[in-house]
Amino acid sequence: MNRSRILGGVGLALLLAAPFAGFGTYPLHLAIMALLWGFIYTSWSIMGRLGMVSFGHGAFLGIGAYGSVLFWNTAGVSPWIGAVGAIVLTLALAVLIGWPCFRFRIVGHYFALVTLALSEVVRLVIVAMRDQTGGSLGITPKSALVDGATVSVGALQFSNKLVWFYIVVACWLAALWVWRWVDRSMDRLALEAISEEEDAAASIGIDVSRTKLKVTMLSAAMTCIGGVLYAQYQLYVNPETVSGIGISLQMVFGAIAGGMFVMLGPTVGAVFLLALSETLRIAVGNTIHGLDLLIYGALLVLFIIYLPKGILGTLLARLER
Amino acid sequence: MLELNGVSAGYGAFQALFDVSLKVDAGEAVAVIGPNGAGKTTLLRVISKLIEPSAGALSMEGRRYNDVPAHEVIALGIAQVPEGRRLFPRLSVEDNLKMGAYTPAARSRHAERLEFVYSLFPKMKERRLQMAGTMSGGEQQMCAIGRALMSGPKLLLLDEPSAGLAPVVVQSIFGLMRTIREQGYTVLIVEQNIQQVLKVVDRAYLLETGRIRQSGPAAELLASDEIRRAYLGV
Amino acid sequence: MSDFFDIFLLEAVINGLLLGGLLALLALGLNLIFGVIDVVWICYAEMMMIGMYTIWWLHVEQGWPLLAAFAAGIATLAVLGAALHQFIIRPVLAAEPINQLLVTGGVLFFLQAVATVAFGVEFRNLGVRLPTFAIGEMNLSLARLIAFAVALAAIGATWLFLSRSYMGTAIRAISQDRAIMPLMGVDPGRIYLTTSAIGGGLAGLAACLLVLQYDIHPAIGLSFGPITFLICVMGGLGNLIGGFLAAFVFAQFIAVGGFMFQLEWGYVIAFVFFIATMFWKPEGLFAKRR
Repeated sequence: MNRSRILGGVGLALLLAAPFAGFGTYPLHLAIMALLWGFIYTSWSIMGRLGMVSFGHGAFLGIGAYGSVLFWNTAGVSPWIGAVGAIVLTLALAVLIGWPCFRFRIVGHYFALVTLALSEVVRLVIVAMRDQTGGSLGITPKSALVDGATVSVGALQFSNKLVWFYIVVACWLAALWVWRWVDRSMDRLALEAISEEEDAAASIGIDVSRTKLKVTMLSAAMTCIGGVLYAQYQLYVNPETVSGIGISLQMVFGAIAGGMFVMLGPTVGAVFLLALSETLRIAVGNTIHGLDLLIYGALLVLFIIYLPKGILGTLLARLER
Repeated sequence: MLELNGVSAGYGAFQALFDVSLKVDAGEAVAVIGPNGAGKTTLLRVISKLIEPSAGALSMEGRRYNDVPAHEVIALGIAQVPEGRRLFPRLSVEDNLKMGAYTPAARSRHAERLEFVYSLFPKMKERRLQMAGTMSGGEQQMCAIGRALMSGPKLLLLDEPSAGLAPVVVQSIFGLMRTIREQGYTVLIVEQNIQQVLKVVDRAYLLETGRIRQSGPAAELLASDEIRRAYLGV
Repeated sequence: MSDFFDIFLLEAVINGLLLGGLLALLALGLNLIFGVIDVVWICYAEMMMIGMYTIWWLHVEQGWPLLAAFAAGIATLAVLGAALHQFIIRPVLAAEPINQLLVTGGVLFFLQAVATVAFGVEFRNLGVRLPTFAIGEMNLSLARLIAFAVALAAIGATWLFLSRSYMGTAIRAISQDRAIMPLMGVDPGRIYLTTSAIGGGLAGLAACLLVLQYDIHPAIGLSFGPITFLICVMGGLGNLIGGFLAAFVFAQFIAVGGFMFQLEWGYVIAFVFFIATMFWKPEGLFAKRR
């Protein structure tokens, strides 16, 4: 236990010092993306590992991304506050879908399909509100960095990637902390009992649906924050990249590819997927449109069939032997 | 007709049958009796190839069939009425019987065999459109036997046909056994109800904890002190 | 208020009915696969999309007669369905449901990408123009009417197959008691393959009908997949009759909602209706106890 603590501490120190090693801005961008998606996948996996497999987290991501941007663009409301609004909306949606699902024991396939449809509906709404959102073309938050300013805390815009790096690291660490907290708390024991044997858990007085709902809301809110961060960092979002089936499936795949039941698993998954897309981009580039998606899809299939525990999960299982 | 030689079988690490040898000649009715957990159902599962034997030889009409896959055993002429009836609950009686005639050989004789089964079990004809799951235990047993007969088997395997049925119904089931025998079918029955089954069959084997302990003509076993003490409470 | 019940609303209702037939066909395929094999093909609509491209390519690029292209499209998808089961579903049949869902999700991306790489993202069209004809002030598309009729006929034929034929009866039986199937000479693996081929074939038929009405592009599956899922859930996953009825209900919401507001809002309204029914009857509007 002590050894992993030391390792963790060293790793963290290295991470925090990394930007100063002189790798350049593009690798820094990659690191930010890896940690940001790691944050998002980890948020998903808080629900996923406890048996609630959502194929609709794109809905929450999209609400976060578009919510903060729309509040800012149309009403000049700071993304800090816009994020709160987006979170409220996200929580409302999570409860609206989650409550009947958990109360009436809608699980497994049913739950996956319902959540999948949810993410598509959010995407459709974004597209339908094309006058406000720009439809399929996407939207950009209005720049607050005028007159050579590089920092606008109120608008949550920073031109210096270094700032973003540390923001994302902080959020990522927070997500890991939350993961561990859920893991450790009484709720988690309850949920394990629940995911194994619902009736038994209910009979010993654990309020099943309430606990499930709490975890769902937590996961949704965190994903929503991920969406806000994504929008403010990339400064461009469109319905495809932050909502809909595509990104929802990607989240699930990312968390699983890394290893859903391990704390750092989703992050490993994020690194893996990022490395994959970067490699494809360099190797194939934009020449054959769609080739990257083809390889991505094929890999997803192969992973599920041959590496169901994910990269980190399989590694750890091997090491244990 | 059917011959098992030194057959062993089990489930993973758990072995249920040890070196079992038995045979059933054409036209005979043979019972395998024994207590709960003796391995009787496992025995029938092995005969139908639902599980693979770990050792020993299975032969039908002189031909070894260890290598035959489960779904081709019926083509050898072996049909089983599984434990607990195992009808398709949401299919009609007619459809359940139709499933019995699934093999190509059986399909060509479907109509005539259906007639035959309905003549044996008039109640089935009455209820032919009824969902099998809504029938009583005794009726379900009739249907299950009928389903097996639809394939025109040479050897009929029955797994605990009286299990879970009311005593009155049990009587009629064993009456059915006699009828089927009279029709000329070769039968292998696995039963816990020793008293009743020994009155219906020619020979019997006693299976205890996976091994054959005794065998012989039914009357002999019925009179055997050992069996009377252990199983008939005498 | 009397303006509300005008002829264009009727037109929307009729179009909803016609759409319902098509959705019912898709729901049938999906429900059949789930009811028998207990897997949801998330990529079902994308398979249909591949079928549409196949038909287009054969007819427009290769000059095949339309009906021959249709037949080939259906056959191709039947093979694709069987192949999907044999090579991709079978290895994960014993795994968690989420793995089964994810694996078909991967196929979803893969098929979209195949279409993109092969044919690009531009919209393609079959170039077959069927007339619309007018009843009063309504305009009804012949393509839609044909699609409706064919879909209903196919559903009827499938129903007859399932209830009368030996294979059909075995397909109905296997989900009720898989373990004893071999006792009756049925190889469960073969039933699964056949069912998968039928599911694929139904998607192929849907492709034939859709290709007469819509432009083809790699993402067209997204316009039909999620709705089909919702329809099946609403009717009770695996429930063939439930799915059939739910398809028409759903289609009405889409059509009338789309008529009253914008097209996309029709889907949103249908989804809201779906959520409402989940509160009311969570196991599915028409579900029987399984």
